[in-house]
Amino acid sequence: MARAAVLGRLTWQVGTVTEIREESPTARTIVLDVPGWPGHAAGQHVDVRLTADDGYSTQRSYSIASAPAADRLELTVQRLEDGEVSPYLTDILRPGYPLELRGPIGGWFVWDPAEPGPVMLVAGGSGVVPLMSMIRAREEAGSQAPFRLVYSVRSPETVLYAAELERLRQAVDGFQMSYVYTRSGPPGVKVRIGRLTPVVLSAPGWTSETAPAVFICGPTGFVEAAASLLVKAGHEAGAIKTERFGPSGG
Amino acid sequence: MNTHLDGNVLAGPLGEVFAVDITSAMGQCASCGTSAAMGEALVYTDAPGLVARCRTCGEVVLRVNRTAGRTWLDMRGISCLELHTPGE
Repeated sequence: MARAAVLGRLTWQVGTVTEIREESPTARTIVLDVPGWPGHAAGQHVDVRLTADDGYSTQRSYSIASAPAADRLELTVQRLEDGEVSPYLTDILRPGYPLELRGPIGGWFVWDPAEPGPVMLVAGGSGVVPLMSMIRAREEAGSQAPFRLVYSVRSPETVLYAAELERLRQAVDGFQMSYVYTRSGPPGVKVRIGRLTPVVLSAPGWTSETAPAVFICGPTGFVEAAASLLVKAGHEAGAIKTERFGPSGG
Repeated sequence: MNTHLDGNVLAGPLGEVFAVDITSAMGQCASCGTSAAMGEALVYTDAPGLVARCRTCGEVVLRVNRTAGRTWLDMRGISCLELHTPGE
């Protein structure tokens, strides 16, 4: 599958929306049926292209959220208020609509279920999307790789995949996770509010000594801060893979 | 805002041109000699096109610019590129 994903030049193809799920007040998961889709490697993205009646067209990159599968994939899209593409995808797109896309794209920020782990995932906001693909790929493949997700969100309402993550945390051996709340926490629960700290990143068994492969995804500032904390804590820079998204999105 | 993304954003534009993934290729910076995955480069998207800089020394390693039907690729900042070519 990884081979299919990296060989051959990129070309556009058309998928059909089969389902749209609300993940948060501003994020939707778009389930697509794409005939001939080769599957992907967990962590990869696609480019989505919208074309107006007058021929104007524009494209954006979105991470794949689902586990690798033939002929189908799921994207989770966060609506940006002043965005040009995301408001169409989150508010207007409906099941049955066509969507032009190309991919899978990117061979660097990927996790292969054949790798034994441990794997540490650090997400800032919707940066959790490609990491969710890794978590789902792990489960789908029956991998025993120890996984830990540190997921930084503004508030509980902005959490993506909350129910699924809770189920995984309770039911799946070798999967741990911690939330970091930067603005407000769950009501009635006493939690620390603030940015990522070295303490959150170094849970027992998850220090630099166990040398986990690290994947960090989020806005540029978040990614730089998380990577710098981990390097200071002794993690090898070469074991840390990062993916930044920024203001050019939308 | 003069902020950067990273080499992962090169994958799509260069995937139009090359049959193999560029982001997992190791590129040697012509300026400082450091080898790093192209996915690790710092990429500035607010210039015309995309400008990738070495994350060690900050020099430009690659520039790519596209218009309809045409792509310009300046790779003089890379002295050597090691690509994964599976299937051989």
